[in-house]
Amino acid sequence: MTHSLHGRLDDVTGDAGYADHPKRKGFFTDTSVCIGCKACEVACKEWNQVPDDGFELTGMSYDNTQALGASTWRHVAFVEKPVHPTTADLGLPGMGPPGFGTHESGLPQAAPAGEDQATASGDGALRWLMSSDVCKHCTHAACLDVCPTGSLFRTEFGTVVVQPDICNGCGYCVPACPYGVIDLRKEDGRAFKCTLCYDRLKEGQTPACAQACPTESIQFGDVDELRQRADARLAELHDRGVDVARLYGRDPEDGVGGDGAFFLLLDEPEVYGLPPDPVVTTRDIGSIWKHVGAAAATLVGIGVVSFAGRRR
Amino acid sequence: MAEAHPVGFQWVMEAKRRGATIIHVDPRFTRTSAVADLHVPIRAGSDIAFLGGLVNHVLSNDLDFREYVVPYTNAAAIIDERFLDTEDLDGFFSGFDTERGHYDPESWQYDGTEAAPAAGQRDPAQDTGPHGSSPDGGDSKDLHESAASESHGSGGPPVEGKPPRDETLQHPRCVYQILKRHFARYTPEMVQEVCGIAPEQFRQVADALTHNSGRERTTAFCYAVGWTHHSVGSQMIRTASILQTLLGNIGRPGGGIMALRGHASIQGSTDIPTLFNILPGYLPMPHAAQHQDLDSYVEGDAGKTGFWGNMRAYAVSLLKSYWGDAATAGNDFCFDYLPRLTGDHSTYNTVKGQIEGRSKGYFLVGENPAVGSANGKMQRLGMANLDWLVVRDLQMIESATFWKDGPEIATGELVTEEIGTEVFFMPAASHVEKAGSFTQTQRMLQWRDKAVEPPGDARSELQFYYELGQRIREKLKDSTDEMDRPLLDLTWDYPTEGPLHEPDGHAVLREINGTGPDGRALSAYTQLEDDGSTSCGCWIYCGVYADEVNQARRRKPHWEQDYVASEWGWVWPANRRILYNRASAAPDGTPWSERKRYMWWDAEQHTWAGSDVVDFIADRPPDHVPDEGATGPDAIGGQDPFIMQTDGKAWLYAPLGVADGPLPTHYEPPESPIHNPLYRQQNNPSRRKLDHPANPINPSYSEVFPYVFTTYRLTEHHTAGAMSRTLPYLTELQPEPFCEVSRRLAEERGLTHGDWVTIVTARTAIEARVLVTDRMRSLRLGDRFVEHVGLPYHWGPNGLTTGDSPNDLVNVTMDPNVYIQDKVGTCDIRPGRRPRGPALTSYVEDYRRRAGVDTADPTNGRTEG
Repeated sequence: MTHSLHGRLDDVTGDAGYADHPKRKGFFTDTSVCIGCKACEVACKEWNQVPDDGFELTGMSYDNTQALGASTWRHVAFVEKPVHPTTADLGLPGMGPPGFGTHESGLPQAAPAGEDQATASGDGALRWLMSSDVCKHCTHAACLDVCPTGSLFRTEFGTVVVQPDICNGCGYCVPACPYGVIDLRKEDGRAFKCTLCYDRLKEGQTPACAQACPTESIQFGDVDELRQRADARLAELHDRGVDVARLYGRDPEDGVGGDGAFFLLLDEPEVYGLPPDPVVTTRDIGSIWKHVGAAAATLVGIGVVSFAGRRR
Repeated sequence: MAEAHPVGFQWVMEAKRRGATIIHVDPRFTRTSAVADLHVPIRAGSDIAFLGGLVNHVLSNDLDFREYVVPYTNAAAIIDERFLDTEDLDGFFSGFDTERGHYDPESWQYDGTEAAPAAGQRDPAQDTGPHGSSPDGGDSKDLHESAASESHGSGGPPVEGKPPRDETLQHPRCVYQILKRHFARYTPEMVQEVCGIAPEQFRQVADALTHNSGRERTTAFCYAVGWTHHSVGSQMIRTASILQTLLGNIGRPGGGIMALRGHASIQGSTDIPTLFNILPGYLPMPHAAQHQDLDSYVEGDAGKTGFWGNMRAYAVSLLKSYWGDAATAGNDFCFDYLPRLTGDHSTYNTVKGQIEGRSKGYFLVGENPAVGSANGKMQRLGMANLDWLVVRDLQMIESATFWKDGPEIATGELVTEEIGTEVFFMPAASHVEKAGSFTQTQRMLQWRDKAVEPPGDARSELQFYYELGQRIREKLKDSTDEMDRPLLDLTWDYPTEGPLHEPDGHAVLREINGTGPDGRALSAYTQLEDDGSTSCGCWIYCGVYADEVNQARRRKPHWEQDYVASEWGWVWPANRRILYNRASAAPDGTPWSERKRYMWWDAEQHTWAGSDVVDFIADRPPDHVPDEGATGPDAIGGQDPFIMQTDGKAWLYAPLGVADGPLPTHYEPPESPIHNPLYRQQNNPSRRKLDHPANPINPSYSEVFPYVFTTYRLTEHHTAGAMSRTLPYLTELQPEPFCEVSRRLAEERGLTHGDWVTIVTARTAIEARVLVTDRMRSLRLGDRFVEHVGLPYHWGPNGLTTGDSPNDLVNVTMDPNVYIQDKVGTCDIRPGRRPRGPALTSYVEDYRRRAGVDTADPTNGRTEG
């Protein structure tokens, strides 16, 4: 088995050793149609029997889930971004001009350049961004590469899954993930994350989150076909003047070789809490071994030299 | 809509994908606003001023769809010369009885027509004082007047004859000119002063709306039940109806007004009603004094023009389905077995009756009024004063445990040991544990199959009531008391199945559908007879079991049929997907445009054609002129699309049937921070008050209660919370009660994001965490700002996370048509948690004293009238 650690890789499943395998499966999450209903979070927990993650009002808009973790495999982010704060004419600092959003045609006008997904609202405009995050099922998955027990493995669908009956809770995978997805469940000790509903895939079914999504914000399918859909959707939005729209994790040339679960975002990735330029943490593992080898050889050499010197 | 109806909202997103413009009008910026093209923040309760402004914009710029308006609406009808408008009387229409607080609609009639007896009849024997209650708990005359609109249901009230018309719309007393004068002062500047909507934004909405209406395009309005929760709620929706009718958006594809009626089957629970004043199919509940026999009951409608002319057939068939062979022509088909109205038996008046000791037993079925109803304290005081209370629910809700952990126990206002109510808790089966139908907003019945048996003692409602009936009949079987005949003669024989002896829901639906003389299922309500040969449990549902097939269970996907999708579920009446769809064609029967083609007259086949079932007489040509003196369906002309109205026209102006006036008028909510900018009359003069010391009203424009509050829902929770606060996966998503305020309000009151705050009204004070957010807007009304406190209302003392119930803050002042409370009020908000125990009572008492709440007449507020 030849297992590549970084760079473009068109047949990740074949690379993992499957001779005859179905097409790679994944998610395309189009956040431009997400309405923040969180049905994905609930459907995921129901199907996968994931425990609740605590009852805490965070004050982070309507996001009380906070982040992906061992007991949160889908997470809907809510980001409030006033374009021109509502108190525009109250003499408070940092306010935009009043009368924003008017247009000769009388039809609702989009916000000024760069803020074209804002909703004009009264004398201002507001963006309330919602995005359902999930494990990216990377082409080059560091979590899998560092797992010492083989609990994490690449499935025949090209997805990355933890086998809880093998996981020994060492936690190496946790810092290895460039997105901060996988985590140890405190009360349990083992690592958990999205399986892309491996059990449902085996039965030819759609993952629970995509099945529950009412607006088709979460789309499931063959990754190559989803990439085409994403490109078409991006072009459509750009045609409509939604210049802020961008794809995230779609590019097979990026630092993780492209994601199996990728996104259409309406702002910089950082706004949604996503790393702007993730790189598989095991990218340099080959050269690291070379460096380690060289360092060891040097140490041995120094030792030999010193012993040799002592003899003298 | 995205917030409360995310599944239905997928189709709005689909429309947006195809290029539709989405406009969202709401005091708060919600998940709907987030994906809308335009969010219009509006002061809660000011909707009539906004919509009236749009009506004025349409009328004063001649933007109405004139070719639709003249033939299809009553715009040309000429009104009685005695009619006086709110413009003439500074906020009143003619006919207001100040003593009794309601209208006599006689002067609102079409010129030269009689006031119809159903709404105009007097019943002096049951007259009572102003807003007062007769000893039996009702004031019957008010009830009859006010309930008229609802008891006429989909039929509309009958008017005698057809009015004189001026099709040039120039006659000063024609509806068009009256409408124009009525809304003339609803200008963009006035809209700003009342609603806080800037003229530029108002113009955006007006232009988007009018550009998207007409021959080639249609616009839809959607509202959730929050729109009905106002003391002028019916009139808010009527204003939207007027606007949609003027723009030609009724009866056409892509048009209409979509009432997103709560969840599950709220539509079904009015079709087969749980309401006190209607019978199945919107037949009115008979009145004790006025309806001594079947003849007097159907008198108001029988023989009238339109399809309500057949009301006797609907009523007799209903009686046959209730009492079967016992119902004969000789005994008036057991009409005497029906219960009668003697007064206002609506929910809030019943609660008052409980507190006053007149109402001693109560069934709560899937309802949690201790959390979900306005003025929760009144609800709990009522329930604490019963002999017995039956609660059927999935969870141990607050309405079943108020006697040990309600807020009044903590304050000492109620003492557990002194509450005599015997509470029976009956666990209920959930929707996946029983088969049955839901009727949704499009009047569509969709059948659910049972997935699993209910656990433990949980049972379906069907099983519970069937068995309860059997047990009562068993106890009474030897009775010779005439009073027991209605129970003993009832047809009560459904087949049962499974380990829990579940009655077969299909059999019930078949009974509702009705059967003919041969015992076979009927296929259309036009087959119903008034001679007792047919039986039908709800005439508008007739056809749901056509051909002995449960039509509601059809699940042919939309991609296997055309876009009308007639083979998915079943829609009443007659599987008709769009009501009044005759209006989708021009008067001559041709489509208004190719783009909006829906139903049209096929002269060759001599029939109406199209994918839907035509809402008309199928072979009646567009040029048909009915004979003089024709009645019932025979009186419908070829250009009368609104076949359930006696004159066949959409009513821009309602000469009858709406308790608070023939035209919508802006009044302030019962509690408001401002004076009504439009009229001297502050509040809806015919609003229904609930006089009780536990229901004090904040004085309007009080500095003690300077902020507006409004309650609402979150996607993550379901109504009063029993189905969501009890589940960890939903609880963790919105784990605590909170309120939402603007930055400006937070600064004014020193509120810190995430901290505890206390919200106070004359009823009580509650605490919650506060979110300070740009999604709540400071609204500029003239030279002042109005601030809102937004309150998701899902919490109570039980469940995985607990908290105070925002509905405890809400007063009970009702719409006079439908007896629904006004969810808007005024409040104060302060940093920190509320006082505990008896200190809470004195804290609120101090507020009442400072605000000058009238202790002698606490429900009055400080308002003119």
